[in-house]
Amino acid sequence: MAEIVDARGLSCPQPVLMTLTKIKELSSGEFEVVVDNEVSRENVSRAATNAGWQLAQEREENEEFHLVFKR
Amino acid sequence: MKNVFATRWGIIVVGAVIGVLAALLQKFGNPGNMGICVACFERDIAGALGLHRAEVVQYLRPEIPGFVLGAFLSSLLVGDFKPRAGSSPLARFLLGMCAMIGALVFLGCPWRALLRLAGGDGNALFGLVGLVTGVGIGTIFFRYGYSLGRTYRQGWGVGLLMPIVMAGLLVLVFIFPQTEGQPQNGVLFYSVKGPGSQHAALAISLIVGLGVGAIAQRSRFCTMGALRDLILFNHWHLFSGFLALLIFAWITNIILGQFHPGFVGQPVAHTQSFWNFAGMLVAGLAFALAGGCPGRQLFMSGEGDGDAGIFVFGMIMGAAFAHNFGLASSPNGIGPHGIAAVAVCLIVCLCIGFTNLKKIGE
Repeated sequence: MAEIVDARGLSCPQPVLMTLTKIKELSSGEFEVVVDNEVSRENVSRAATNAGWQLAQEREENEEFHLVFKR
Repeated sequence: MKNVFATRWGIIVVGAVIGVLAALLQKFGNPGNMGICVACFERDIAGALGLHRAEVVQYLRPEIPGFVLGAFLSSLLVGDFKPRAGSSPLARFLLGMCAMIGALVFLGCPWRALLRLAGGDGNALFGLVGLVTGVGIGTIFFRYGYSLGRTYRQGWGVGLLMPIVMAGLLVLVFIFPQTEGQPQNGVLFYSVKGPGSQHAALAISLIVGLGVGAIAQRSRFCTMGALRDLILFNHWHLFSGFLALLIFAWITNIILGQFHPGFVGQPVAHTQSFWNFAGMLVAGLAFALAGGCPGRQLFMSGEGDGDAGIFVFGMIMGAAFAHNFGLASSPNGIGPHGIAAVAVCLIVCLCIGFTNLKKIGE
């Protein structure tokens, strides 16, 4: 089960800060970020991929975006 | 569908387009180095509605409703319209007031700071250093866990409120249009001299406002976010749009003969460098703590963000306070209570910052 970063209801820069904090904790592996707006989806994707992680899976459920990153 | 506006080239093009349009608005009649100034224009709207009675800054600037309605239509079209609210509204209202008061000590929002520099106003450099400092202080709060809390989904009705209010303001302009040489028509006040009397034709202002609102909504253009992301994450994405605005406004100004380098006698500006710095420091901190520059707050309010709408109303209230109680500057220098206003607003922002550090002790 991938670790989950719940950034729903939060606006920038907090979802990105939470994602980068998780990236600092994990040198490799998998984690999932949950956001509920398009801007956070774009910003989190951009930040994680810039940090060398791959967006392995992305799905939208109930107006929430689930982004799974792997490295 | 990929959002091309949110790519690196997308944000650069949006910044460039805004820079060119802002410089053109000056050519078409808006005040010098004030093609677009969210703070000044909301201040003018406060004056038009009689919330303050500074006679030289009263005009219901159509660009502001245009920004909100452009963002509203764009977000509706692409599915970005998401009614939401509930993240510390009172704190956001007070941050909006502080942001406006700080901006009116400098005489401009971050957009105008760039446009002033692009027009050759050296005083803007002190404001921009203040802005960077204020946003930088804001990033320290974020590093220590500052958050105004989560926002929550709301019904459509809540999301529609801000676009409806802005459409209502436009209706007032059409019902009570400006009459040549008259300071009032019905419920709206108009400046007959000063910056409030200088404006592009209504249709031009409105069309530019709608267009900028739409492309800024799609690109997430934010002048505060540009500096914040650079300082906090070393991310250059938004900053590239910020730079594009400056460079393209500057080039357009040179072509149009609107570039006049210097410090003294610049349009709607004063030369008290420290207070240019300090006013913008307060504004930058308030924008950072509220999560968006004044333009971005308008665009988000168009997307259905009620918290951003609260911030906008805070700014309008701040403008009323600033001009009713001598807090705002003028080309002659800072207002009689400008120094006290900067101090009080800085304390308010710091209190909001320190009291919302959620992760202390975790």
